[in-house]
Amino acid sequence: MDFTVNILALGIPFSVALLLASLGEMFNQRAGVFNLGCEGIMAMGAFLGMLVPYGAGHGAPVPGTFNVLGLLLAMAVGALLGLLFGLAVVTFRAPQGIAGIGLQMFGVGTAGTLFRHFVGGTQSVPGIDRLPIPVLSDIPFIGPVLFSHNPLVYLTFLLVPAAWYILFRTPWGLRVRASGANPRAADSVGIRVNLVRFQALAVGGALAGLAGAYLSLCQVKMFSDEIIAGRGFIAVALVYFGHWRPLKITGGALLFSFAQALQLAIQGQGIDFPYEFAVMLPYALVIVVLAFSRESLLLGPTALGKPFNREMRT
Amino acid sequence: MTKQFKILYRTVLILLAVAAAMLAGALILWTIGADVTKTYSVIIFEPLKNKIQIGEVIIRAIPLTVIALGISVAYRSGIINIGAEGQMAMGIIAATAVALAFPGLPKAVLLPLALTAGAIGGAAWGFIPGLLKAKLHVSELLSTVMLNYIAAQFYTFCLRGPMLDPAEITMGSGTPQSMRLTKAIWLDRLVPGTRIHTGVYIALFLAFTVWLLLWRTSWGYRMRAAGAGERAARYGGIGVAGCLVAAMVISGAFAGLAGAVEVAGVHRRAIEGITGGYGFSGIVVALFGGLHPAGIIPASFFFGLLIVGADMTQRMAGVPANMVLVLQGIIILVIVATRMVLANPYLEDRVRRRYCRLTDRGREE
Repeated sequence: MDFTVNILALGIPFSVALLLASLGEMFNQRAGVFNLGCEGIMAMGAFLGMLVPYGAGHGAPVPGTFNVLGLLLAMAVGALLGLLFGLAVVTFRAPQGIAGIGLQMFGVGTAGTLFRHFVGGTQSVPGIDRLPIPVLSDIPFIGPVLFSHNPLVYLTFLLVPAAWYILFRTPWGLRVRASGANPRAADSVGIRVNLVRFQALAVGGALAGLAGAYLSLCQVKMFSDEIIAGRGFIAVALVYFGHWRPLKITGGALLFSFAQALQLAIQGQGIDFPYEFAVMLPYALVIVVLAFSRESLLLGPTALGKPFNREMRT
Repeated sequence: MTKQFKILYRTVLILLAVAAAMLAGALILWTIGADVTKTYSVIIFEPLKNKIQIGEVIIRAIPLTVIALGISVAYRSGIINIGAEGQMAMGIIAATAVALAFPGLPKAVLLPLALTAGAIGGAAWGFIPGLLKAKLHVSELLSTVMLNYIAAQFYTFCLRGPMLDPAEITMGSGTPQSMRLTKAIWLDRLVPGTRIHTGVYIALFLAFTVWLLLWRTSWGYRMRAAGAGERAARYGGIGVAGCLVAAMVISGAFAGLAGAVEVAGVHRRAIEGITGGYGFSGIVVALFGGLHPAGIIPASFFFGLLIVGADMTQRMAGVPANMVLVLQGIIILVIVATRMVLANPYLEDRVRRRYCRLTDRGREE
């Protein structure tokens, strides 16, 4: 019982970074843009998120506003990087896969460069504390699993239905889906496809930035070059796995995080299993999952990865 | 005339890409309060000031060339290989394993054996995403990245476990590295006083082979056709799936071989961090070199220069070496964006008319 509670209570906060980034990527892909640079945006978010509270207090506790400012800065720069990516792949119609790798290298490189200059070695920040919800967190089992987390954890899980609502029940969500499913038809009814794609990229970038900042402020409470560790790429894979739907994506993110929590818990039990192979598992899981979700490609946005050019006949 | 114009047009656009990258890089340098001109002059000129440094540039250009050649084969066949980093690591492990297993063999046998093992190790690691893409439509972008992480973990596992230098255990220092490999797999050093090794010849030979394969054999034609237009190629009777797998196997083999050459030529033992981003830099080199061997060789020299130069800026201008990653990222973004501009026939035609008028050669046509 305790073991299960531990894994669930550990897995839920683990899922947040993946979930935020995946929801952002879902908006990108629903609009037709495949943003492989998510990893780079997350790295920038992670650095900027911790930079503000670190700069204010140099590791000492700071007022909560600085943490919030860090999160906002991470989101703003994330959105900006999303727009930069849009310049390359929407305006100039560059192939999205390879451009994403460019963005990833740019983001990781810039975060590393700035980090070495402004922060230096491994400096931890106090970060954002857990906020157990009174009364509810005292309920046995449910309390520790669901109601004793970071404020951002609650916010992220509130974001899931919000993302669903935005995507499927608002005019903007319809425009996003139309731009990804059939840009020519969308264009013919007056939707400015490329503008919508830029908007979706900004939203996706902001969420990826927030995901990175969550890692540095809430989960690890410091920054290092390897902090993202492929989560950006896993987030992209989760969008495929989750069939471009917020709820299924959430399921995928939770599955991954519980697997990770389980792995940590088993290691904690002192079972002799090479550490490196345990770390490999989530990455191997991504490949297996992708290999077995072949039919999911049929459910995806039809124009995913295809630049839209009004002047071209199809 | 047309060919001359095309080369000029492309060169100018590539130079513009470099200029844009340097401008964006300057923005970052300015943010960290570094001396922009000094940083750039250190990166570009400092490594050329003496023989040792030039040698360092060349030994970095060797794996870059080999990896970029492999990546271009894949790219031309319509599959983007981001997994060179992992394939290189697997190549290093395979080559090291052979060298550790048969220390008694003579050089004439062991060296080719180890290099082949390296190529096979990389090829196996390239085969997986190739097959997954061809049979199950798994995006190679995601599968190769995941395989990079897996290979990196496997690499550390080998260096800490089965391949760990016995001396490290007795000394208790525990540096994760293999023992010094037998001299029979060392590649000879070419220029005294530098670390330039015979891998140079291997790289040049491979460049020629790739040119031969892609532009002078029917195999290469099929692969390029598969990359240029999958549906048209299939209609023309080309087995696209087979081409994808073959391209990834070749690409992986090149990356694995680059790893084996790096061990045999430079480090002479497997240590941590040999791959050090070569797999990603290889992508930039391949794109920068126009996915053509003749372009890749100078491009890899240029990026070797950037890598050595960026190491020096850390000491000489206080700019972190990560700066090179920033520049590479921007260069990729600018090149892929300008490639689409390049591919626009209307624009090219307009520029060509202007150019013809300027050079007064238009009337001759």
